[in-house]
Amino acid sequence: MLGDMTRHKSLKWARFSFALFVLIVLTAIFADPYEWIPVQVIDSFLFFQFVPSLLSFIRFLSLLAAGGFFIIVLVTFVTGRLYCSVICPLGILQDVVNRIARWKSQKKRFFKFKKAQTALRITFLSIMAVATIAGAGWIVTWLDPHSLAGRFFTYILKPAVILANNLAAAVLTKIDVYSLHHQNSPIPSLAPVLITLVVSGGIGYFSWKRGRLFCNTICPVGTFLGVVSKYALFKVRFNRELCTRCGKCSANCKSECIDLKNFTIDHSRCVVCFNCLVSCPDDALSFSRTVRGAQSVVNEEIDKINTTSRRHFLVAALTMLTGNRLMALNNQKAPASTKKLIRNVKDHPVAPPGSVSIARFNEICTGCSLCVSACPTHVLQPALAEYGLAGFMQPRMDYKTSFCNFDCTRCGEVCPTSAILPLTREQKHVTQMGRVVFVKENCVVYTDETDCGACSEHCPTKAVKMVPYKNGLLIPEVNPDICIGCGACEYPCPLVTPYKAIYVNGHAVQQIAEKPQDEEKVEIKMEEDFPF
Amino acid sequence: MKRREFIKGSCMGLAASLIPCSRHLTAVTPPGKEKYDLVAVRGGEAEAMFERAISELGGIEAFVKKGQKVVVKPNIGWDAPPARAADTNPGLVAHIIKSCLQAGAGEVAVFDHTCDAWEGCYKNSQIEEFARKAGAKVIPGNNESFYREVTIPGGKSLKTAKVHQALLDADVFINVPILKHHSSTIVTLSMKNLMGVVWDRRYYHRNDLSQCIADFLTFRAPDLNIVDGYRMLARNGPRGVSESDVVDLKALIAGRDIVAVDSAATLMFGKEPQEINHIKIANDMGLGTMNLENVSISRIKMS
Repeated sequence: MLGDMTRHKSLKWARFSFALFVLIVLTAIFADPYEWIPVQVIDSFLFFQFVPSLLSFIRFLSLLAAGGFFIIVLVTFVTGRLYCSVICPLGILQDVVNRIARWKSQKKRFFKFKKAQTALRITFLSIMAVATIAGAGWIVTWLDPHSLAGRFFTYILKPAVILANNLAAAVLTKIDVYSLHHQNSPIPSLAPVLITLVVSGGIGYFSWKRGRLFCNTICPVGTFLGVVSKYALFKVRFNRELCTRCGKCSANCKSECIDLKNFTIDHSRCVVCFNCLVSCPDDALSFSRTVRGAQSVVNEEIDKINTTSRRHFLVAALTMLTGNRLMALNNQKAPASTKKLIRNVKDHPVAPPGSVSIARFNEICTGCSLCVSACPTHVLQPALAEYGLAGFMQPRMDYKTSFCNFDCTRCGEVCPTSAILPLTREQKHVTQMGRVVFVKENCVVYTDETDCGACSEHCPTKAVKMVPYKNGLLIPEVNPDICIGCGACEYPCPLVTPYKAIYVNGHAVQQIAEKPQDEEKVEIKMEEDFPF
Repeated sequence: MKRREFIKGSCMGLAASLIPCSRHLTAVTPPGKEKYDLVAVRGGEAEAMFERAISELGGIEAFVKKGQKVVVKPNIGWDAPPARAADTNPGLVAHIIKSCLQAGAGEVAVFDHTCDAWEGCYKNSQIEEFARKAGAKVIPGNNESFYREVTIPGGKSLKTAKVHQALLDADVFINVPILKHHSSTIVTLSMKNLMGVVWDRRYYHRNDLSQCIADFLTFRAPDLNIVDGYRMLARNGPRGVSESDVVDLKALIAGRDIVAVDSAATLMFGKEPQEINHIKIANDMGLGTMNLENVSISRIKMS
């Protein structure tokens, strides 16, 4: 029937266009070098990211604020795992990779039916469920597809975009066009890039060879929505009468879930991409509530939970623990010239403004790195060892790279999990992430007896003031009560990290800073107009 | 000769009449009158005070010749609106740019190596918008690749520095700082504003800040310094905490001798030039004079 074919083609076309649209918008959101994308657009797209939305819901218990995941579940009850095909950025990215693989491939039949990895799937889903409830953000970080894709965008794609921007800017500047301008590298250290490269490379390899293997083996969102999919109203269904077992559907199924031998489709793995519908020359497949035409044979595969799951669990747990090894990368050695100086000791790293406490933040943050991408000063950088394993790859305030803009509230505005709560500008002005510590013995005014004061220059609340010292020199004096811990003193201090003369000691629990005392309006009494 | 002076004078009069608030500008310096080394103006709008000052100095044509490349260097260091007086008055910057272009400048470039993130500084100071509209090329200063290393010929602490190429390529250098308190150097004026043309400010702070500020002048001193004292940041500088730190001083000081200009502005701020280390050092190095008795000063009271 021609009508069916046209309908199937338009279904696939719709799926493809929607996915492409979402991919373009999400890429733009993460890679945007000029803050072109408004926060409202960012928030409305991230509303539908399953895990961030669920985590946010657990905090607020409000479907209005974080109901995206609920809508996804409802949609899945109707159409199956459409989420995995058109909303999940990691899923769409894998489709891109696999599309290229199939273009390049000489194989006549790219995919073959494979048995479901049920044990592994249940294992990962259980780990994720426990981690989500118990607040083990560091596990969620490695299983949530949104966060995995977010890190790919932030640590690989964005630097590439910036590089391209800078090349283009260099060329355009030569011919006096200033619409683009040079951008500094958003990620100054290599470790996060390498880690992301390895993880993305692994997932990319899976999809190059086996399509949606990651989604149907490891991804807990895929497994969960797969269970829901079994009860979906609309499914891809076989009409056994019409099927000639040509195998074209199976060869095009990137989920490898069409079993021609038994005329079954594993709907828990099907991501409703409609590729099979379009490839079937005999109209034996349909996306419908019931089988079209003659009587049906819909034998759904029965999940087998086998006894090897414990072993799989151990393997999975060990894989995750390898994160530990990476911490060794961040050990800093003191330069020889700093021997006499006092090393800065921070009780805690500095967590982003609005994260409330490090413990809370580590529980909720999935390390999707959208805030790292969105931060206009690049002060947000992924942590390696700073938070310990609990916060591996979660953002922290890196005052070696930059400092936090006093008036900026962007990280909280974009955070999809509510790990960083949105602050108003007034709240931000008194959110104390840490407290200033002055180390007089390291200060150049003390050691060299020359002018400096870079710290006090930058301080937005004047928690660092310059007071008379000797020989007409001024030396810093700190008032930690009005300090918000933004790092505007630590960053410009001319000494090297970790021997700064002034630094921010992070809070375990963020505090409310005192407001700088409202000084009366200055008035100058001048006897004459020109005192010279 | 006389005809040329006459044309110059009438052009200036014409230019002045095009500017809003020009009621104080009727007295253009008559041709042939002796010019001053330093001009101090009080009581007018920023643009009008500039017009008075520049005519006392011989007109903008005395500084900018046809086809020359000009750099106008305001202070755009901080992400703050104009009312906070952390950055130079955007209207004044725009007005200076227009004057340069009217004098026939081939190109006017504006930049600063900012302290806060530069996009925010350029935008919220309103200097980017005003300068673009006035016809200037507004260029960023946020990347090391824009800077080229130069030798500081008479530097004691600062021997080499990376300087923004826009300045290295320029024929005319006009320095437009704002009159501010500064936490480490007490005041920040023309000399201190030049830290925004070099890449590595940390080096200054690490190696005798005041000496480095003076040293830079041995490489390149501005051709004209215009201190914007329309709003003055009287305390909590150089960033300021709130608008209550700001005084409407309505002053402008202009001149060729950077040390003299800064000394006059320091007195206006309420301090003595000898108290400011970098002014004293520059004076002692012979880079200008802080002794205003030896300087011919034009004092103009408007309104």
